[in-house]
Amino acid sequence: MMRSSRHPLRLAVGALTLFASLALLPAGSAQAQQGKVKVGFMLPYTGTYAALGVAITNGFKLYVAEAGGRLAGREVEYFTVDDESDPAKAPDNASKLIKRDQVDVLVGTVHSGVALAMAKVARDTNTLLIIPNAGAGDLTGPLCAPNIFRTSFTNWQPGYAMGKVAAEQKRKTAVTFTWKYAAGQESVDGFKEGFEAGGGKVIKELSLPFPQVEFQSYLTEIASLKPDLVYVFFAGGGAVKFVKDYAAAGLKASIPLYGAGFLTDGTLKAQGEAAEGLLTTLHYADNLDNPKDRGFRAAYQKAYGAEADVYAVQGYDAAQILAAGLAAVKGDLGKRKELIAAMAAAKIDSPRGPMTLSKAHNPVNDIYLRKVEGGQNKVIGIAVPALADPARGCKM
Amino acid sequence: MDVYTLLIQLLNGVQYGLLLFLVASGLTLIFGIMGVINLAHGSFYMVGAYMAFAFSSATGSLVAGVVMGLGLSVALGVALEWGLFGRLYQRDHLDQVLLTYGLILVFEEMRSILVDNDVHGVPVPPLLAWSIPLTPTLSYPAYRLFMSAVCLAVAVLLWLLIQRTRLGMMIRAGASNREMVQSLGLNIKLVYRLVFALGVALAALAGMVAAPVSSVYPGMGTHVLIICFVVVVMGGIGSVRGALFAALLIGVVDTFGRVFLPQAAGVMVYLVMAAVLLWRPEGLFRSI
Repeated sequence: MMRSSRHPLRLAVGALTLFASLALLPAGSAQAQQGKVKVGFMLPYTGTYAALGVAITNGFKLYVAEAGGRLAGREVEYFTVDDESDPAKAPDNASKLIKRDQVDVLVGTVHSGVALAMAKVARDTNTLLIIPNAGAGDLTGPLCAPNIFRTSFTNWQPGYAMGKVAAEQKRKTAVTFTWKYAAGQESVDGFKEGFEAGGGKVIKELSLPFPQVEFQSYLTEIASLKPDLVYVFFAGGGAVKFVKDYAAAGLKASIPLYGAGFLTDGTLKAQGEAAEGLLTTLHYADNLDNPKDRGFRAAYQKAYGAEADVYAVQGYDAAQILAAGLAAVKGDLGKRKELIAAMAAAKIDSPRGPMTLSKAHNPVNDIYLRKVEGGQNKVIGIAVPALADPARGCKM
Repeated sequence: MDVYTLLIQLLNGVQYGLLLFLVASGLTLIFGIMGVINLAHGSFYMVGAYMAFAFSSATGSLVAGVVMGLGLSVALGVALEWGLFGRLYQRDHLDQVLLTYGLILVFEEMRSILVDNDVHGVPVPPLLAWSIPLTPTLSYPAYRLFMSAVCLAVAVLLWLLIQRTRLGMMIRAGASNREMVQSLGLNIKLVYRLVFALGVALAALAGMVAAPVSSVYPGMGTHVLIICFVVVVMGGIGSVRGALFAALLIGVVDTFGRVFLPQAAGVMVYLVMAAVLLWRPEGLFRSI
């Protein structure tokens, strides 16, 4: 990922808020304090992923606010740490929330490297962890644990769904292209699995070192290979540049470009015309026609003056899962086993549509096939209904 | 892979190399002539790209954005030289590294406050928004060819400036012996200030010209910085001609490395640099 920049102003504000919330604790009323559920957000509030961290936090708080500020009758108290998307600082940051603030549940994060470190701390300290974005397969694979939940996706899921769609379209050959890092590789592996199971063949897997964006020579190679389609995993600045370069090279007209949803999420404005018509797969889209999503988006807009996105949904659902667990034990965090069982069995009415959790505690939900139209990711169908990650390596 | 595809790849390599030259030329001037290690060079590139984004979306024209941006970047260069860099010429390289690293943080923070942390696209000017078909599936964007033309024009102009003008003579003299030039009654301080401003303007120009194809995003400057230093060191510190040859070599090696040795794509450039430096420790060309 890109070098994260620090933001002293926001840090200062964050520190002040933390200070204020500590100072405002009702002094001497130990009982009231015990009555609160302590939620620790460990998310990026500075750097490249700052917007994602904010959206997740907003989504989580929106659900709690809608529930009247209480979950199972208990007030919710928030603690916040900026993880800076820095894996090196992750163990310390997680410990701050767990040891110093003694949070009941840890919520985080966006960056997979940081999330892996958090999962390790959560396993060691047996802290409840809800992961609202990071897509590393290991988190609900070899590293899975009863106390670790995820409300987002594995990188495998959108990739596999897109592979199936491409095979159903009777396309025979594909070239994949991504950055040479875990997320990209997992996504491409998923695509290959879905595509080849349906009778297609990946004829070449291209990759370049992260975060390089000099794509021209690869585009020339793709043009000479002439596959039936190209599947890519890029996000952020790289996604913008790739989509524009692909269109400028005239490839868009002859070889369709497919991608995991992040190719066109939060990047459409910068991509402009070049992204029109692209097909991507993800568990959320801009025009889901369900009442839950309409209500959620309106409430989000009203509360924060911004459009809700997939990250806000994932934060919102993190709160929903926690609420489901707390409701089952009537707010008694001591009943750990029942709490976890209820969270794992929860049927969530998510803005994305119905969602349950797999045995490895990863979302089972529809993966939508989306098409970019008029600067929006519009649903054109369900790529794979109720898709579960195979959770390879999870012994639970 | 047929010959035609190889030729297209060669074109890709040359085109990438020319853009590298444009970014690195400013660095080789500042590094070679004034002896300042300028880690903030990538930030000037970023500043240029963001100016292109801001001004072209405000005025609706990239050309107007580039003209305004060039003026501002020269002013920025003069101000920085006057306020900060002018005090560094006699100082240790470590002090220079400290200051210029600090500047990277300052520029990143300013970007975050003034613009935001999002990725932005800069539209290609309508006049150049067409492509030349090369094969039935592949075409070449005209804007990329235009970029190459700009880079070549800058290379020629720089060569003329340094080799054929009175100012160029002073620059070359100043690079070889600052005190002697001063004692001959020439205003070396002014010359340095101009060279520094020129270096900043070149980096910013590269950012502005590249903005429509690279898009603008946080941290974009740090990405180009390392490869710029490779170009400068390989070409011979302070040699504009060396920078041009080194940039072209890197562009071509990098492109063909990706095609033929994809597993080692990331290291090819550095292997070539090591080989060149073993063969010529001072780089391909001597200074100026």
